[in-house]
Amino acid sequence: MTAASQDAPAPVPGPSSQRPSQTDIAEQQYSTHVSLRHRLAERGIDRTLLLAVPGVVAIIALFCYPFLYGLQLSFQPKTGGVFGAYKAFFDDPYARGSIGKTFDLAIPASLINVGASVPISYRMRREFRGKRILLALLVVPITLGTVLTAEGLLEYLGPVGWFNKTLQLLHLTSGPVQLVNNYWGVLFSLVITGFPFAFLLTHAYLSGIHPSLEAAAATLGAGSWQRMRHITLPLLLPGLLTTFCLTFVLAFAVFPSAQLVGDPAGQTHVISIEAVHDALEEFNYPLGSAVAMIMTALMLAVIGIAMGLRSRLYKGSTGGKG
Amino acid sequence: MAAVTDLRPRPDAGAHFAELRLTGVGRSFGGVAALRPLDLTIRGGEFVALLGPSGCGKSTALNCLAGLLPLSSGSIELDGRRIDGLPPEKRGFGMVFQNYALFPHLTARANIAFGLKMRKVPKTELERRVSLALQMTRLTEHAHKHPGQLSGGQQQRVAIARAVVIEPPLVLMDEPLSNLDAALRLEMRTEIRRIHQELKLTTVYVTHDQEEALSLADRLVVLRDGKVSQIGTPAELYERPASAYVAGFMGYRNILRLPLGDLAAETPEQDPAPAVAAIRPEDLDIVGSTETAPADSLTLDGVVLVVEYHGREYLAQVEVADGRRLYVRTSQRPAPGERVTLAAPRSRVLLFPDESGAS
Repeated sequence: MTAASQDAPAPVPGPSSQRPSQTDIAEQQYSTHVSLRHRLAERGIDRTLLLAVPGVVAIIALFCYPFLYGLQLSFQPKTGGVFGAYKAFFDDPYARGSIGKTFDLAIPASLINVGASVPISYRMRREFRGKRILLALLVVPITLGTVLTAEGLLEYLGPVGWFNKTLQLLHLTSGPVQLVNNYWGVLFSLVITGFPFAFLLTHAYLSGIHPSLEAAAATLGAGSWQRMRHITLPLLLPGLLTTFCLTFVLAFAVFPSAQLVGDPAGQTHVISIEAVHDALEEFNYPLGSAVAMIMTALMLAVIGIAMGLRSRLYKGSTGGKG
Repeated sequence: MAAVTDLRPRPDAGAHFAELRLTGVGRSFGGVAALRPLDLTIRGGEFVALLGPSGCGKSTALNCLAGLLPLSSGSIELDGRRIDGLPPEKRGFGMVFQNYALFPHLTARANIAFGLKMRKVPKTELERRVSLALQMTRLTEHAHKHPGQLSGGQQQRVAIARAVVIEPPLVLMDEPLSNLDAALRLEMRTEIRRIHQELKLTTVYVTHDQEEALSLADRLVVLRDGKVSQIGTPAELYERPASAYVAGFMGYRNILRLPLGDLAAETPEQDPAPAVAAIRPEDLDIVGSTETAPADSLTLDGVVLVVEYHGREYLAQVEVADGRRLYVRTSQRPAPGERVTLAAPRSRVLLFPDESGAS
């Protein structure tokens, strides 16, 4: 119980005193054999590498090959030389306009999804009655397909839907408010389907920040807003950028909802609709491929900017479980 | 009286207040009492240790003091001003967390400067005080590093510097040494004592290690199941523990439940109904036989089970007649299996009434 608890190290006789030569040689052969395997394992080469094979094969067959096929196809238009398809796209104001329309939808939708996730997940860090039910409710839209969501939106927000009926019943509007078959319908749909992903990610990032950090900040005199600004937000920001990228990619590739609850020939003539139109309605595969390549390049550019910003932030441990 | 809100450095750094009074401070979680009403008055400049095993309510008491947990009952008054309704950021108490809780995205310097920044201390003043704190904790050459690049002991020193640089009226420490290895723990213990002597900041220190508590504190509060067992100076508690439980914490490793043969019969004058005897391992000795034992001592026969080498002496575990195992510190090496007679001077044996569960 008292202080004297240091153990005296007992002198250990050295193991190098005597060694028969016969076993010495055998041991050496054995040890070089083992060390090759060990050296390979040190570099990550061992049999568990085989576990990655099915995944790699699937990625090559289902992603790399179609992508490269599309890439070379986009440089082989019927007219206009190697860059003919790209030129055709950028020369056509209607086709070219689809880029802006897609950004107009994807950027606000991603910002809304990430922005709404933060306060909700912040509150969800604490235990409270009904937390699991709320969590389930927030995540359920993942299980609904885009088509189902679109159907629901048409029924609910349409000219004779509940929403408009209620507004008119309360005499808030004289005629029906147009919320579907235009920009708003698609934006709603993107928020409904994208939010659960953003929320789940943000929730995971936030629970990775140890609550004692905020407690420490509080004892040092930081009020709730200062704790958010100086501690939580800086630690959460890298995660929020990743979340933004994910929801942005989902929103940028919007197709079914733009078709179903949007105005596919006008306001919501997004880039994926343009690509499908060129390839499957005009049967101009090179042009369709070129549009798909432009779409990929734009997504990569946005992700590149977000990741560039992220690399300038603190990315180490956040003191918590995640 | 020095104003609590006065956070400017004063030439006579020291206690910011006369007394901090806890009256009936209690806290329960879902109907289960984690801390039964605690009454304690802490004087300015004092170093108080809350001692007890895990789950005794000591961390709950600390969190209540810091304002991180609302009280279920009672009040906390700082020189007559009630502070138990204030949020932690308004109390301005410095706290050192068990896991240090350093801000991982800030450098050591920025971590230490955080509290001063929140108090809007002017820049030159802030720089001066942070540099002083870095110097005091011998961290100057590590100032630019992030917590992830610091060793456990350095992180610990940043945590302490961060808490004391704001010169808080009260510093709260929650088992600050429990994550360090044995050698570093001893070093940091001295460091904490030195910083307390230098700054004279009132400190409440939570620990489960009686050695830490005895060596650091001016006053000890021993807690058990959310209730105070004893409050006193280290010497008082060490020499006159109020119960077998406190005695167990104070190095009385041998707690014997009576009747123990002759002991109860021979000491009628000491206590009307003694039921538990406490003996320190260092007060027990191995003697040749009952006859050769010094006069007026309690003797027990037993068999040596285990012998540990402790440098200057040996610690032996001896099984006595009824299967109880006692610890003995002795200078000669007993052999396991040897039959021995143990003797303790009767004046060194403490007798307590039996409390259920005391062991």
